[in-house]
Amino acid sequence: MRTRERWALTVLAVAVVVVLPILNALPAGSPLHVSDFTLNLFGKFLTYAILALGIDLIWGYTGVLSLGHGVFFGLGAYAMGMHLMLEIGTQGVYRNVLPDFMVWNRVTELPLFWRPFYSAAFTLVAVMAVPAVVAFVFGFLTFRSGIRGVYFSIITQALALCAWLTFNRNAMNLGGTNGLSGFKTMFGFSLNEAATQRGLYVASAVCLGLAFLLCRWIVRSPAGKVLVAIRDSETRVLFCGYSPAAFKLFVFTVSAVLAGVAGALYVGQVGIITPARIGVLPSIEMVIWVAVGGRGTLLGPVVGAVGVNWLQSLLTTHYPDLWLLVLGGMFVGVVLFFPEGVVGTAQRLFSRVGRPRAAEGPAAARRWGGLGEERRSLPPSLNSQK
Amino acid sequence: MRHLLLALALLSGVVSPAAAQAPAAAAPPPEIVKAIAEVASGDGAVQEAAAVALGKSGDRRILPLLEALREGSVMVRTLPGGKKETVIVGDKVTEGDKTLVPLLAAYGKEPLLGGDGKPLVVDVSTLEEVSASRSLRLAIRPLIDAFAGNTQLADPDWTVRKAAATKMGNSGDAGAIPSLTEALGKEKDRWVRFELEQAIALIRLRTGGEAERAGAAATLGALGSADALDRLREVAADGAAPAPVRAAAADAVKRVERWALLTSGIQIAFQGISLGSILLLMALGLAIVFGLMGVINMAHGELMALGAYATFVTQGWFQAHAPGAFEYYFVVSLPLAFLVSAAAGFVLERGVIRFLYGRPLESLLLTWGVSLMIQQGLRLWFGAANVDVLAPKWLSGGVPVMVGLQLPYNRLFIVGLAALAVGGMYVLLFRTDAGLRIRAVTQNRGMAACLGVRSRRVDALTFALGAGLAGLAGCALTQIGNVGPELGQNYIVDSFMVVVTGGVGKLAGTILAAAGIGGLNKVIEPGLGAVFGKVAILVAVILFIQRRPSGLFAAKGRYADS
Repeated sequence: MRTRERWALTVLAVAVVVVLPILNALPAGSPLHVSDFTLNLFGKFLTYAILALGIDLIWGYTGVLSLGHGVFFGLGAYAMGMHLMLEIGTQGVYRNVLPDFMVWNRVTELPLFWRPFYSAAFTLVAVMAVPAVVAFVFGFLTFRSGIRGVYFSIITQALALCAWLTFNRNAMNLGGTNGLSGFKTMFGFSLNEAATQRGLYVASAVCLGLAFLLCRWIVRSPAGKVLVAIRDSETRVLFCGYSPAAFKLFVFTVSAVLAGVAGALYVGQVGIITPARIGVLPSIEMVIWVAVGGRGTLLGPVVGAVGVNWLQSLLTTHYPDLWLLVLGGMFVGVVLFFPEGVVGTAQRLFSRVGRPRAAEGPAAARRWGGLGEERRSLPPSLNSQK
Repeated sequence: MRHLLLALALLSGVVSPAAAQAPAAAAPPPEIVKAIAEVASGDGAVQEAAAVALGKSGDRRILPLLEALREGSVMVRTLPGGKKETVIVGDKVTEGDKTLVPLLAAYGKEPLLGGDGKPLVVDVSTLEEVSASRSLRLAIRPLIDAFAGNTQLADPDWTVRKAAATKMGNSGDAGAIPSLTEALGKEKDRWVRFELEQAIALIRLRTGGEAERAGAAATLGALGSADALDRLREVAADGAAPAPVRAAAADAVKRVERWALLTSGIQIAFQGISLGSILLLMALGLAIVFGLMGVINMAHGELMALGAYATFVTQGWFQAHAPGAFEYYFVVSLPLAFLVSAAAGFVLERGVIRFLYGRPLESLLLTWGVSLMIQQGLRLWFGAANVDVLAPKWLSGGVPVMVGLQLPYNRLFIVGLAALAVGGMYVLLFRTDAGLRIRAVTQNRGMAACLGVRSRRVDALTFALGAGLAGLAGCALTQIGNVGPELGQNYIVDSFMVVVTGGVGKLAGTILAAAGIGGLNKVIEPGLGAVFGKVAILVAVILFIQRRPSGLFAAKGRYADS
């Protein structure tokens, strides 16, 4: 990475991790004070950014479009949520050891799969392990049999639908439609305290930084080059002696873990997780963050996740009816006019005046891959994303 | 004298309308006159016996009296000669401090006329109320029902006759047997006959002697009547019943259960087929478009919703402007829904999708965006709540196929529509020049273009056709489900599963996959519930495409992978 970019990133990281929380800690009268609400909002956006990084890894770099990442996000969030539910203990409405919704559903005994979540250590592992295992099994079954392109996308969308239906069921003992909420403490810290929320914000920011570094490491490693090669021509990679399925499985699992971590951080800050966050619509919305920010760049998903959600929170407060139209317009606009997203387009503009840019983004791939009409002679079933 | 005669003539002229009614109000037979008088007696037992006698008479003109007795609107008036008469009183009218009631005849319920030829209205305090005890009212009820049942058994509408027979059978009143038997002798309709036989057997099972009961149980078993199952089980388990009756009942239970298994199997198969038909209508357009252009159309569900809303608007127009022809709105809305959706599809293709050929992932995102916008547009225009689409009469109800199995017309219609659409698609694709061009472009776009096929035009028209099929599906869906802005979302994932399973651009594969997924859905549902049924199907599809990654019928040929 060029020194100029490295500097910019460092400054940004310091601003996000250090400056914002300090501004929040200032007395409320101060002109520079950042309200708890705003900090909390941005904390939520940062968790989305972690999730978006994972999606970028699998879609932007590997060319595999997953429409089911809401599921992995949800698994992480529910894992953490279950621990927080148990931490409430007897402070709930019914003064029962069981979570309130179970009392309400006449469940008399804590289901077996809830028990390990009493342990904070187990929860922290589960937050990453549960999405990883699900992604691994699902990915193993699909990648191994050569399901790719839109077929994979459609199957993952069906996965999101099934997960949504399943989590909505009361019989799952996961709170049904109302999900998990009413948390009091997290690892002993009261969630109502501003300081705890500030801590969670910093944790999210630090996790985002770590996720960023992890993704950069993966992308720059030789394996990362194979990923880009898979995106540009999977068959050629296969013929070169690599196993695209293994690489895709690895990246898919990593991105699921990132989604799980994002979900866990999300629950603490938002205070509720419901099946509505894991269905078909939220899952595909996550993809649009990446697309708007710029897939195939690491900064893109972060910018996209924060930017799109910021816009959403602004619009839904003032013009609630407009948001879906704007969102739909964003899908159309990005695909038609800005396939490289905000960051990709900016990079190209800068590199046009500066030095030639590295062939990293999807634009480069399209330049020689997007021959359009000629490629159409292939049956689309065999056509990967071009 | 002459004047007097004239006056009499005039009077008779005035009276004549009443006189015209007189033949209708022919004097009742003496035993009924006696019973009418006794009904008003103060003794409950006498009253009840009289009421039963009246009921047994089967005279229809007695029915109003029995009904009035139950409602407590029967009174006794004292005639000028000190004689008492039973009358029915009409609705009360308050006039000053008096409460007036019109008087009606006990026999036939015609208004009683006063000396001036006007309906007789008297002060309620001059009348004596006839009290109807609870037991009397209870005794009257089956009598009234029997009257009603007898009329309904002669109704020209077979559904009314059928319902009457069912009701009488459930009442378990032995008195109904003669009329049921009589009706059975006259009845021609198969389903009403079944219902009559079942009713007779049910009553005999309850009230008959030992041999009669055993025979009735055997009859019910042979009929395979599911309605009688509970009753048969009761008898079979009843320790007080004679052994032969219990044995016959137990045997009948077995027969009925076996029959029910068969009918429910057929029922499930039919539901599966009808769900599959909807999926097929959706998936046909999707699969052809995907095969032709490599475009995944996520807005397909919203094109379907457009068709449904077009139906809703047509219905509204008919209600407002042509209520007389309302029954036929659906006939108009079918082609209209097709055209609306096809036009929307054409605009969509020309406007945005043509820039995305062969880029399925991006077309997927773009069309998803379009679907969000259409959805929100529908929500802003028609409101977020579901709208009501009334079914025309000829699509409600169903055709009974066998005992315990009725196929609803609306579902049959959808199956028929899907069959028609498939047939039409087949003819279009394989028997016309246009179809030849579509297939040519699907197989090899560049080659087809070289040979003079205007591939872009083929694309646009095919896309519009696929959209139109979705509109038809939406129109059909209004008859079996809710119409709301989210209509499309409920079916889109399933229809993509059909496309994935069936293979791309293959008619046969799509049909098989739609029938398979629709059928599997309905077969699994009763056992696992709707949710886990869906999950099971996802797993099944994933396992299936492990074996056949390109669907049921993959395109054969020397295609190089990208």
